[in-house]
Amino acid sequence: MADEQQSTQEVEQAEDAYKPSSPTSKLNFEGPWQYDEAPQSNDHIEIKDQYDLFIDGKFQKPAKGRYFSSVNPATEEELSSIAEATQQDVDKAVKAARKAYVKIWSTMDPAERGKYIFRLARLIQERAREFAIIESMDGGKPIRESRDVDIPLAAAHFFYYAGWADKLEYAFPGKKPEPLGVAGQIIPWNFPLLMLAWKIAPALATGNTVVLKPAETTSLTALKFAELCRDAGLPEGVVNIVTGAGQTGSLLVNHEEVDKIAFTGSTKVGKIIMESLAGTDKKYTLELGGKGPNIIFEDAPIDQAVEGIINAIFFNQGHVCCAGSRLLVQEGIADRVIQKLHDRMETLIVGDPLDKNTDIGAINSEQQYKKINQYLELGVNEGAEMYQSSCDLPEKGYYCRPTLFSNVGQSNRIVREEIFGPVLTIQTFRTAEEGIAKANNTPYGLAGGVWTDKGSKIFKVGSKIRNGVVWANTYNQFDPTSPFGGYKESGKGREGGLHGLYPYVKLK
Amino acid sequence: MPDFSETIPIDQVGIKERVARLNSRSIKKESKIMALKMALSMVDLTTLEGMDTPGKVIQLCHKAKEPYADMPDLPTVAAVCVYPNMVSVAKKALRGTDINVASVATAFPSGTATLDAKLKETRQVVADGADEVDMVISRGKFLAGDYQYVFDEIAAVKEACGGAHLKVILETGELQTLENVRKASDLAMHAGADFIKTSTGKVQPAATQPVTLVMLEAIRDFYYETDRMVGMKPAGGIRKAKQAIQYLVLVNETLGADWLTPNYFRFGASSLANDLLLQIVKQDTGVYQSKDYFSND
Repeated sequence: MADEQQSTQEVEQAEDAYKPSSPTSKLNFEGPWQYDEAPQSNDHIEIKDQYDLFIDGKFQKPAKGRYFSSVNPATEEELSSIAEATQQDVDKAVKAARKAYVKIWSTMDPAERGKYIFRLARLIQERAREFAIIESMDGGKPIRESRDVDIPLAAAHFFYYAGWADKLEYAFPGKKPEPLGVAGQIIPWNFPLLMLAWKIAPALATGNTVVLKPAETTSLTALKFAELCRDAGLPEGVVNIVTGAGQTGSLLVNHEEVDKIAFTGSTKVGKIIMESLAGTDKKYTLELGGKGPNIIFEDAPIDQAVEGIINAIFFNQGHVCCAGSRLLVQEGIADRVIQKLHDRMETLIVGDPLDKNTDIGAINSEQQYKKINQYLELGVNEGAEMYQSSCDLPEKGYYCRPTLFSNVGQSNRIVREEIFGPVLTIQTFRTAEEGIAKANNTPYGLAGGVWTDKGSKIFKVGSKIRNGVVWANTYNQFDPTSPFGGYKESGKGREGGLHGLYPYVKLK
Repeated sequence: MPDFSETIPIDQVGIKERVARLNSRSIKKESKIMALKMALSMVDLTTLEGMDTPGKVIQLCHKAKEPYADMPDLPTVAAVCVYPNMVSVAKKALRGTDINVASVATAFPSGTATLDAKLKETRQVVADGADEVDMVISRGKFLAGDYQYVFDEIAAVKEACGGAHLKVILETGELQTLENVRKASDLAMHAGADFIKTSTGKVQPAATQPVTLVMLEAIRDFYYETDRMVGMKPAGGIRKAKQAIQYLVLVNETLGADWLTPNYFRFGASSLANDLLLQIVKQDTGVYQSKDYFSND
């Protein structure tokens, strides 16, 4: 009865939809007061011309002597040349990890293990600015994000899991947790140091040793982290960093001496990994793609929701697996929300990642840049209406204007497939049921958002969204104590929090 | 009158996050100098003390006309804001300049007089030469939910203003919630306000950035709906140039360039002008001057 009343009311409100009375009332953001450049200085940053593999506590030349270049996507200039690990190198790294596991790390007093991890956390904090600048140079993300989000969160993860090292028996009451052995970890290019922290911190805390492969476009902070491991006096072989592309990753996945695989990356690669792991006794966690629904109800705080939409899709150039890339907005407020989004997008500053005022930096690589542009073309060909902000883009570097697609349907590829760029699709819905159905009609299920002022609706809708994470009246909030992971093709297993310990232990 | 019993939800956490994000803007070099001068041109130089004297008001007007003699090209402030009994004094002192005289009225700061008395006071200050009238709303009636009374009162004062501009002080420090700030903003704009203003300066907290953002967003929605531009005046507690620049960033990224003029944005402040001058001279000379080089009117 109450439901019925509510829905009639909703329909009435929808018919009374807001229409901007004056099409001329557009805001002007082209005035004489424009912010000057505020570049973060990178004079003091040391990036070597060439980086070797970090195996058994030492930087070692790759067996085949091959190197590939790491490019700054904002300038298209080479930053450094990075060693490519092949079979022999991966063997050596896994062997070093095995030795360290058997002889030192698994038998060490857990409190001592904790001390090492605390030390790594403190060293990241001490060198936070350096890490932030390198992260922005190597990956193109704005310095504001690497400085305020990536690096502090990476340190927080090490602090959090350091605390668990000597308390594991309390994490699993009545059980005796034991480490698995050598963990092979493969991480993506969107949050290089943060994903490293998500992987390495729980593995070390539970007594495992690690062979980690960073993404080939963003190896630098992992190699800087290797220097930290050395500086922290971490026993040799506990953390090994092997650099390279997918081929190197596949060697790690298929290595017989690896006991556990942790992968974050695309669903496509995740499926290949699952196939190769089938029939083995390796444990694995996969954190894969997403096409996050961001659902805005008409009783939401609109201006804050608009800010949330912007944050959900344009954070880190949209290179976020949990990005809110599908906007589902209740029809009564759709015009108003879109008008506000258009105006808000004009104030987004796209440009030099090292400028403190930059909101959207460079697309991570040429490959990704091309992929996003293909999707833009595809969207237009599918009949969607494209809207981009009018900002100027730098002449060099891989940049993409923040983009909205309206007039799209659930069947369109730009609505179904993960674009992994600053591209948002907009669909409307009338009833909550319709919104939930659209939100769930995807093979993905990583994260989503619900915006409403009504507490009961948050729980009612939130519990029906088949996503590992549902944010209410906010988006992209992360904390080391909170588990993260996907439903369906968005992944398997959880990282972060107490749940993040399970994938790294056997319980007896 | 729109139905003000309907509440527009405001998420306080979201507002604070947005303010924090905007505060991370780094304003340097030319854009900083421009911001400082712009802020100076938007100041309503204010004295609202029970012990104000004609002498004090006249000297304040001198400062308004010539803030810092060594830099004659500096903009003047937008207005001098005084109590009703000082309007004619200020008007005379500012004759021949573009600087407006603003007067508080309607039983400032409490606003607890009869409507007749408020209207009489308004007509008087306008007759004495006030170009702008800063009225206070009846917070008691507002909090009691008597929106019609508050609306009618503002409309009546607006009418009494004649050609003078009306700034409506919401006294946000007494409104309890951001939703109330939003509602009072909407109410004032629909009733005819030319400006909405946060505070009298007599109640704590006075102007804050979260409250200002809520009001700017109300102005934006009102503009979308009616195409009419309403001005904004945060007042009280803004003492430093750095804060002023943060407010300008708020305006710039919420309402855009058209609001970045004294016609649509003001600072109600007494000590802000001196810090702006200190910073402007620092940008020019590279060093901070002693405070004794600036008049303390």
